[in-house]
Amino acid sequence: MMEAKSFQLFPEQASSIASHVDALYAFLVLVSAFFSLLVAFLIVYLVVKYRHRPELGPPVAQHTNDHGPGSMILEIVWTVIPLGLSMIMFAWGVSIYFTESRPPADSMEIYVTGKQWMWKIQHMEGAREINELHVPINRDIKLTMTSEDVIHDFYVPAFRTKSDVLPGKYTTEWFRPTKLGAYHIFCAEYCGTKHSGMIGTVYVLSEPDYNKWLGAGSGEGSMAEQGQALFNQLGCGNCHPSVVNNQNGRCPNLVGLFGTRVQVKDGSNVRADESYIRESVLYPQAKIVAGYDDIMPTFKGLITEDGMLKLIEYIKSLGAKNGTMSTATPGPVETSASPQPSTHATAPAKTAPRGVPAAPVAPQQRVQ
Amino acid sequence: MITAPPLVKEKKNYLNAEEGLMSWLLTKDHKRIAILYLIAVTVFFAVGGMFAVLIRLELATPAGDLLDSNTYNKVFTMHGVVMIFFFLIPSIPATLGNFLIPLMIGAKDLAFPRINLLSWYVYMLAGVFGIFVLVTGGVDTGWTFYTPFSSSYSNGYVVMTAMAAFIMGFSSILTGLNFLVTVHRMRAPGLTWFRLPLFVWAHYATSAVMILGTPVIAVTLFLLMLERGLHIGFFDPAYGGDPVLFQHLFWFYSHPAVYIMILPSMGVISEVVSTFCSKKPFGYTFIAFSSVAIAVFGFLVWGHHLFVSSQSAYAGMVFSVLSMIVAIPSAIKIFNWTATMYKGSVRLETPMLYAIGFMGLFTVGGLTGLFLASMGMDVHLTDTYFVVAHFHYVMVGGAIMGYMAGLHFWWPKLTGRMYSQVWSKVSAVLVFVGFNLTFFPQFLLGFMGMPRRYHVYPPEFQVLNVLSSAGASVLGLGYLIPAIYLLASLKYGAKAGANPWGATGLEWQTSSPPPTENFEITPVVTTEAYEYSAQEVIHVGH
Repeated sequence: MMEAKSFQLFPEQASSIASHVDALYAFLVLVSAFFSLLVAFLIVYLVVKYRHRPELGPPVAQHTNDHGPGSMILEIVWTVIPLGLSMIMFAWGVSIYFTESRPPADSMEIYVTGKQWMWKIQHMEGAREINELHVPINRDIKLTMTSEDVIHDFYVPAFRTKSDVLPGKYTTEWFRPTKLGAYHIFCAEYCGTKHSGMIGTVYVLSEPDYNKWLGAGSGEGSMAEQGQALFNQLGCGNCHPSVVNNQNGRCPNLVGLFGTRVQVKDGSNVRADESYIRESVLYPQAKIVAGYDDIMPTFKGLITEDGMLKLIEYIKSLGAKNGTMSTATPGPVETSASPQPSTHATAPAKTAPRGVPAAPVAPQQRVQ
Repeated sequence: MITAPPLVKEKKNYLNAEEGLMSWLLTKDHKRIAILYLIAVTVFFAVGGMFAVLIRLELATPAGDLLDSNTYNKVFTMHGVVMIFFFLIPSIPATLGNFLIPLMIGAKDLAFPRINLLSWYVYMLAGVFGIFVLVTGGVDTGWTFYTPFSSSYSNGYVVMTAMAAFIMGFSSILTGLNFLVTVHRMRAPGLTWFRLPLFVWAHYATSAVMILGTPVIAVTLFLLMLERGLHIGFFDPAYGGDPVLFQHLFWFYSHPAVYIMILPSMGVISEVVSTFCSKKPFGYTFIAFSSVAIAVFGFLVWGHHLFVSSQSAYAGMVFSVLSMIVAIPSAIKIFNWTATMYKGSVRLETPMLYAIGFMGLFTVGGLTGLFLASMGMDVHLTDTYFVVAHFHYVMVGGAIMGYMAGLHFWWPKLTGRMYSQVWSKVSAVLVFVGFNLTFFPQFLLGFMGMPRRYHVYPPEFQVLNVLSSAGASVLGLGYLIPAIYLLASLKYGAKAGANPWGATGLEWQTSSPPPTENFEITPVVTTEAYEYSAQEVIHVGH
């Protein structure tokens, strides 16, 4: 827990990947310490043993080849051994990286929008938070992230993971929290004046506590519902059918679209993922589906990054490939008025559920 | 006191051959141009150092109490810009390289003396732009100028700063071009490629990187200026650009630029270690070719700066394995220098102390580079203080230690004077201790997760930051003392002979300071480099 320590040398291990990263770190430290000490020892030993002694006269030149002293065997030894060790570092690093960069298929999705200088988080169920992220323990969590302005980077040292958050593009980051508590979120990519103020806290809660926290809700419905409202408000449904088997011939049907491969006009295939949907809304001419005309206007300037994520979540809820049907919760359960404030920005400490031990302590000192 | 006219006039050398300011500002003598560069880079080093002092003072406490955020961001940006573009890149090549390459190869001057002077004026013009930015309000993009922050969001003087780096690049290109042609065309009779001092090999490799890499940064900065000034979209998605493209272009130069900084230093270490062991460098050909290997592979590793930038994982793998490979030639050098001491006659003079410091610190700097080349590890460590510690071990522990070793080694040749042996050894030890105290805690901070470029930080990071700031004051003192005794040596230092260290290179065969024409008769080389038992075979006319 971050609030208790004034000084520590090792960051908390709070995610499933952390111990793997730390094992690689230990290996790297051992190899580095060995070679640093070896070089240091050799230098000290040789300096003492072969220190200049004027009475002995100049050293006798020993030539083993045309260009002075040398030893092919030694050169090979001290080329091959470091090369072999570095290849272990390479392969080990790659294996961890592939785990780090590929979210498990059934991850719980959360959306992150970075802007100068705050983190905006949207949960599919509709809860929103700023500079705070509540997650359940022992669940794979996938963050889909974008930026409204410059490049940011969502970094949680206790989870040993980070990823740049780019404008105009979605990046993902995933982790599986394994330890209850509150952990730092840092913006790790320099983003301007208040870069060091673009920080927040991840609260890892038990499953019941998390559900309780979610239940407090935003009162605005799930992200998919909000996305549907936006879909209607922008008039997308006037052209794009969102009902099964309805083809109007003007625009592609969006049901079951997400995650499929789409044939576009130039003959190539693109995957209908978050980035493709975003591009098609903002730059409709970029990749038109084969068989359709260039009739869609751009919605650039009409939709925010947060809204875009809701729209995407709505399209996902219309059915996705690979059986990962998004939880669109179409029922009116959460749409009823809730006593909670609609945004958590002004009162971050209150968003944590009462009775969760770790959560509310730290942020009190950290509210900007 | 009656002053009789001296019977024997003092021997003419490059320092007293002509007098007056104009004789310096219009000189075509590579040695005088080297001195002009030396003065200029020293001034910029002092300026960059003052920014470092402000950074370490600010970070002594977790709160932002000394500077406001905007000022802090400008301070670390100017520290980086000044140190990298105005100090580290020209430091060794433009001063020691400029002075020594013609001497080492038995030439009268560089191939293009006018271009050499031009490169200094171009450098100074860039300096004027840099100083304009400093006095008018600074820039806050970080020395990396990442878009779209730099192109669309920063309020600082981005275009002016980019212009300064842009112009500075031309000075690098001119210097590199001059060195390449000089080494190819102007070697003394008998001085074959494998008789060249390793310092020349290192500069040859550096020059190749300079002329191949620098145009790329020039183009990149030019595109940045176009986007910022005219809103032509290259990098900002709002104009249809790609922000990560900038990072690829930037690091395509800026990673090789690390080798522009470190390779000349490695050249210095090869000379110093050999001289103070009175022994040929162990594995001459391996050291020579490892410089070339670093220059070649150095161009193929830029993507290791982009492991968390959304770069393809497969591209990342290629960059990761190449980054591992580029570490090997550096390891080869370290092992060969160490082996050079075996059965040598080791003298711990000041240049050798700095060289030993280099070997220790650069080893740590190189090894911690492997942490960052290993993709899974880099995800946690990138953009933290671990990276800051790593590149300071390479650039300060490596490049500047090498520069100090070289400056102390060739100071008698540059000036004809010896400096205080006691004070120079004291300062070498202070630099080594202060350096480690400053930057080792930053490795720990980085692993703890403290991001770089943070003005305000959580309190649990304070202890290590205080250690670092304390170390920085020792380091600062270590750099201040040489400024005093080196200047004092000009007036009070004992006269240095032609070859005070018992070294072998051609530069030691001519007087200290050398005459304007370097050698009265063109030397003829009949032996390998570093023949400590056969110095008399080198024919130098006198």
